[in-house]
Amino acid sequence: MANTIDHLVDQVRENRIWRSVFRSGTGESNLHRALFVQQNVFLHLFSIKARKRTLEFSATWYLGALTFGTFLILIITGVLLMLYYHPSVPQAYADMKDLQFVVSSGVFLRNLHRWSAHAMVFLVFAHMFKVFYRGAYRPPREFNWVIGVVLLLVTLLLSYTGYLLPWDQLAFWAVTVGSNIASAVPLMGSKIRFLLLGGTAVNANALLRFYVLHCVILPLTAILFIAVHFWRIRKDGGIYPGEPGGEGSGK
Amino acid sequence: MSDPKDFVAVLDSDVRKTPRRVAFITRRTSPQVRVKDEDRVMTYPEVFFRVVVAMEVMAAALVVTSLLWDAPLEGLADPMHTPNPAKAPWYFLGLQELLHYFPPVVAGVLIPGLVVMALIIIPYFNINVEAEGLWLRNRAKRLRIFGVVVAVFCIFLAVFDVWVALVPTLLVAGFMLLAAQTNPETARGFRRWLVSKPLSFWIMTWFLCELVVLTAIGTFFRGPGWSWVLPWRGSY
Repeated sequence: MANTIDHLVDQVRENRIWRSVFRSGTGESNLHRALFVQQNVFLHLFSIKARKRTLEFSATWYLGALTFGTFLILIITGVLLMLYYHPSVPQAYADMKDLQFVVSSGVFLRNLHRWSAHAMVFLVFAHMFKVFYRGAYRPPREFNWVIGVVLLLVTLLLSYTGYLLPWDQLAFWAVTVGSNIASAVPLMGSKIRFLLLGGTAVNANALLRFYVLHCVILPLTAILFIAVHFWRIRKDGGIYPGEPGGEGSGK
Repeated sequence: MSDPKDFVAVLDSDVRKTPRRVAFITRRTSPQVRVKDEDRVMTYPEVFFRVVVAMEVMAAALVVTSLLWDAPLEGLADPMHTPNPAKAPWYFLGLQELLHYFPPVVAGVLIPGLVVMALIIIPYFNINVEAEGLWLRNRAKRLRIFGVVVAVFCIFLAVFDVWVALVPTLLVAGFMLLAAQTNPETARGFRRWLVSKPLSFWIMTWFLCELVVLTAIGTFFRGPGWSWVLPWRGSY
């Protein structure tokens, strides 16, 4: 049975159409495995080989990978939530109630999006401190650290803009508190606040702006910087292996 | 080829002064040294497999969390009715706690701006790249500077009544002093580890302590009118 399935899979993978898409072909050799990564536009961001000791749990705690994992969950649940959501006042709040009482698994969908968002913010911070304490920010990886700081800010903005969307008391006043801080910027504080909210107070315009930022502009920014962040890992010599002569270097 | 012995053997770790043929790489001299003959694995399938497993475990944990606890949803937004306290999302509550002590331009603009700037420039300072133990050189001079900086900063915090930020500062300063009083060759593991730590480590650790303490206070210990409450009393 297992043989038949393997045979079938091989037949599909050797098929002309399949081969026109995935060129690495069948086979178990390291060459095939290398081509699998190198000939895929997305996987191409990563190197073909990795140092074994950088894969140990203690090296990274997998915090970067887990952060990306939460981001994937957030995209999937976020797109599904968009199907049930209107960024208008007071319909946005009614949509929350619909998610709660009308939509199948609506509560679960919103829960998963919310808790994953909190997890992502936490993981981004944890990832940053882990990288710092390991000394992985040092040259030649200094620019990737800067990209990481940008991604931290993008993550905070993503979470903050998403916070307003349910249009309940919690959302409204949290964003009011935050946007009042923006008006403390010297000289142009009130202008920045006006630009952010599309008005002088948190209202329907602010909801629409936060929605566009949350669902289009910031996710695209995040994806762009994440791609550069991953690609730079390869370009800067892989995941930081630890100090020469340090633990696990075999010296 | 006049004199075959036109070189001198010297011991110097500064590559800018002494270009060398033979290098003895000691700890922390350069992070760019390639270690030869290191075990490598294929990214596909080994790395991807591990990453996918890690993500799956986390996804399972998040699914269980979402099944057990519901996301908060309060009443419809009402600009006429301000809840007390009105709190920002948890990751901004450290800043909101500072907003309680300092004017908005300091707590809301200056401090976060400086933090972001400080984070960005970390890898561009050689002192952070070389990451030498803070107390290993010029100990007396550095102790004097350290004493003045900590004293001025503590007075500043006391003037603004920011006792909550003073506690982590004193804690980290205490460990720094302990490190300064430690012989680098000591056999005691923890103190030896402390004394090897560079300035950037101490500043980042102080920042982490402040972040955790201020965020925790803003999240759990602040109630109506930003007054102190105990989280287990559930008064808000």
